[in-house]
Amino acid sequence: MEVQEYAGAEVKQKRWDWGKLREPLVLGEPTLHKVTADIGQIIDRPPTVKFWIAILITGTLAAIGFACIAYTVATGIGVWGNNNPVGWGWAITNFVWWIGIGHAGTLISAILYLFQQKWRTAINRAAEAMTIFAVMQAGLFPLIHTGRPWLAAYWLFPYPNQMQMWVNFRSPLEWDVFAVGTYFTVSLVFWYTGLIPDFAALRNFFRSKVKRSVYTFFSLGWTGSTRAWRHYEMAYLILAGLSTPLVLSVHSIVSMDFAMAILPGWHTTIFPPYFVAGAIFSGFAMVITLMVIAREVLGLHNYITLYHFDNMNKILLATGMMVGYAYSMEFFIAWYGANPYEQFVFINRATGPYWWAYWTMVFCNVVVPQIFWSKKMRRNIPVMFVASILVNVGMWFERFTIIATSLHRDFLPASWGYYAPTWVEVGIYVGTIGFFLTLFMLFAKYVPIIAISEVKAVLPGSQPKHH
Amino acid sequence: MAGTKKTAPVAVMGDFEDPDALLKAAEKIANAGYTAFDIYTPYPVHGLDRAMKLPKTKLSFFSLLGGLAGFFTALLMIWWTGAVDYKLNIGGKPLFAFQFAVPITFELTVLFCALTTFAVMLVLSKLPKWYSPYQHDKGFQRAVDDLFVVAIPASDPRFILEDAKRLLENVGAKNVRVVED
Repeated sequence: MEVQEYAGAEVKQKRWDWGKLREPLVLGEPTLHKVTADIGQIIDRPPTVKFWIAILITGTLAAIGFACIAYTVATGIGVWGNNNPVGWGWAITNFVWWIGIGHAGTLISAILYLFQQKWRTAINRAAEAMTIFAVMQAGLFPLIHTGRPWLAAYWLFPYPNQMQMWVNFRSPLEWDVFAVGTYFTVSLVFWYTGLIPDFAALRNFFRSKVKRSVYTFFSLGWTGSTRAWRHYEMAYLILAGLSTPLVLSVHSIVSMDFAMAILPGWHTTIFPPYFVAGAIFSGFAMVITLMVIAREVLGLHNYITLYHFDNMNKILLATGMMVGYAYSMEFFIAWYGANPYEQFVFINRATGPYWWAYWTMVFCNVVVPQIFWSKKMRRNIPVMFVASILVNVGMWFERFTIIATSLHRDFLPASWGYYAPTWVEVGIYVGTIGFFLTLFMLFAKYVPIIAISEVKAVLPGSQPKHH
Repeated sequence: MAGTKKTAPVAVMGDFEDPDALLKAAEKIANAGYTAFDIYTPYPVHGLDRAMKLPKTKLSFFSLLGGLAGFFTALLMIWWTGAVDYKLNIGGKPLFAFQFAVPITFELTVLFCALTTFAVMLVLSKLPKWYSPYQHDKGFQRAVDDLFVVAIPASDPRFILEDAKRLLENVGAKNVRVVED
């Protein structure tokens, strides 16, 4: 590759001499003002008809979901397909799936920040938004699966109530309440912290008075003062440092919902790392799906480049191999552990009534990512788009397989059953997808989708040479 | 005096476009003895706070306090509700043991620490504050976009208008100007 030259409008023109070693993070001829303008104009231009049609579609899906939730709450969770012995079904599958999707956002924003991976700046804002919206979907399921969500307050939260009862802190389900609650709150704080300087940049960019006042309000009056930046950078570092173990803890605790139970197929120590790897795997797949669309629709080709996708696909390949390893290790331990119940569950998983779910999972999660060994494929947009969707299908089936196949063959053969979802469960799931996409589109339209100040800070020539 | 608006200089400002020149200028201004001056930049410029001789932020100390508060709140809550206030035997498990308290203790430590960090960061940065005496200055408005702006405020103990102007010109600032309220 040639040494490229960048013209900074305000930053003095400088020769970019490491171009031979690394691909540029931002293509085109980025200048500080151009970054602000490129991102600002997405928000500044009036929404198109296409945007409203898309919102209408996803909003309708969300409305269907909320109607199904209302029906569930009004009638009782008997309208779901849960039975004995399969007491957990789609609700918990969807909960774990959505929580897992959120994990990539935190990985990109926090872990890659600590590792000083500069390429994260193009995608971290959108990935963090995805995290927040995904956790919102996830949170719906435990709430409605209680059947009477208005009573969930004293089941879930330790607050002094008239019965003088407290929650059971020995239950992993209670740990989940704290893990997911903390995860949501900290992700939101982290996201907003990152947004403050960008709101400030945009408040001065817009011409419209309404937009100016709204963005001024949310910028909290940020001026870019170096005295503030030094506190800000430390806050960002601490939040990243906190989010890193937090994200690992969240899916570990989710996995303990299963692993703490004495049920063959669930009671295994590999679950925490296995769930975390799967979560990052599915999360990156969702980031790729969303970013491919956002890049095309919003014209962000200069900011989200093939280099970013290349890196994300490498992570997809690596985490795909990790879950593949976990699948095979589960089988190995079932055999090596010499526990006939454990062995039965795993043979039943692969060859029993749910064989189709198991093999869909293996195909999507282990076979599909193998195409990313090829650099050409890692940089092929249609290929990665299809692969990323397949990965999320596969990860959904992973959770479904773990839940349904472990439960449907009880210790007592007389109570063996088969679980199938009802239209209400399908409706709620579709509704969360609609709700998620609605939130994400509103975000992409009205919030700076690229971290403006962070991209500026990694532009060639934006930092002093010696200090 | 009716009708005449009293104006007083609030600061002397100058612009920079090159981060290297900015860094050198910051050092010189600090060496000249100014302690209240500030530099407004669209993104954090590495090493600028050190060049300005700003003390290191005390934020991490408060974060630690927040984290410790979360840690002890969680342990106290789990122990008191389960082993003191309402003893409930569930499967013969102990009423309190640190093992089952680990996950929630960890989560609350993180939660309290993160919220403290965010709140203290705002307090230390004097935010939210939707007003700045400089807000009508065109250069200052560009500081969140694409310009480095140095401001020596009149509140600086060493502030003498002519001296500050001359210093900014000498260190290479462009468009040196007096901002009035």
